[in-house]
Amino acid sequence: MARRSAPEVNAGSMADIAFLLLIFFLVTTTIATDRGISRKLPPPLDEQVEPPVLKQKNIFVVELNKNDDLLVEEAPMELKDLRAAAVAFLDNGGGSGDEACSYCQGEKDPASSDNPDKAVISLRNNRETSYATYIAVQNELVAAYNELRNREGERLYGKTFTQMELDVKDVNYSGSKNKLKDQIKKIQLMYPEKLSEAEPKK
Amino acid sequence: MSKFKKKKGGDLPAISTASLPDIVFMLLFFFMVATVMRDNSLKIQNTLPFADQTEKLDKKNLIMNIYAGKPSSRYAASAGTQARIQLNDKFADVNEIKSFILAERASKREEEVPFLITALKVDGDTNMGLVGDIKKELREVQALKINYTTRQGDATDNLN
Repeated sequence: MARRSAPEVNAGSMADIAFLLLIFFLVTTTIATDRGISRKLPPPLDEQVEPPVLKQKNIFVVELNKNDDLLVEEAPMELKDLRAAAVAFLDNGGGSGDEACSYCQGEKDPASSDNPDKAVISLRNNRETSYATYIAVQNELVAAYNELRNREGERLYGKTFTQMELDVKDVNYSGSKNKLKDQIKKIQLMYPEKLSEAEPKK
Repeated sequence: MSKFKKKKGGDLPAISTASLPDIVFMLLFFFMVATVMRDNSLKIQNTLPFADQTEKLDKKNLIMNIYAGKPSSRYAASAGTQARIQLNDKFADVNEIKSFILAERASKREEEVPFLITALKVDGDTNMGLVGDIKKELREVQALKINYTTRQGDATDNLN
């Protein structure tokens, strides 16, 4: 008897199996990765430590009341103007002597902040404030810091701060990452994010 | 012998479907690679607010999710209409956050613990009071790295 060749396996149903798997993954897929505003909470309060005394002119008070109205330095303001106001405050550089700020391009108004290192933005909200409004304000304040950092990045290293941060995370980045990290640290020191949040009022 | 041979191929030859599995597999692999499984089903409304100064959250396994919002209509009868917190698959109280964080920490490798990020996925309509309570609890367990998860968009869209 002649040797029988192995019968060919019918691959017609392979497509069906693959389709089944494909549909399963199609249904369970959520492609978008999450994005969000990263913040760092202050550590729990130590009762013994006295809070440092800050000059009134170095504090930029942003307040949200229970009707979602925005009050900046006790005057009402539209959300779209907040970013510019925060930039003007941070970049003021009104200090002199030791507290002078060599890289600030603000108005050097003595009644506003001394330098970006001293300048603190204080965000207060009410328990009734809606979360969406709060996020909108947070976003504008972070944007103000980013705007200033981008400007300094462009000036010192010819690259925006946002781009530098992207490059640090990029696996394919060709230059030296340590150098880049140093540059990022330097810019962060020039405009440190000092955003204080008070306990919400009842 | 007929002079006129019957013409061959009057109808089209069948199209070979042998490469169909290959195409489907290609798609399959794409979706397998791009897939992120939803790890818990939401019991609350979760319309995130908009923001544009955002960062990507890359490392999925280092993220602890805390959801908050009004219970969705299916659960409104049992859970009420006030904004609630959801941890994993169930509604929770504010004081359960601590044990949730500790349990999440215990389930991770020790060297990963300092890099854990708490993602707050809070509905835009929620009051800040609840969010403040969550943040207070997080501070007490030293879970200080947080991320307000948002949708990509202009911040002024939040106001209407």
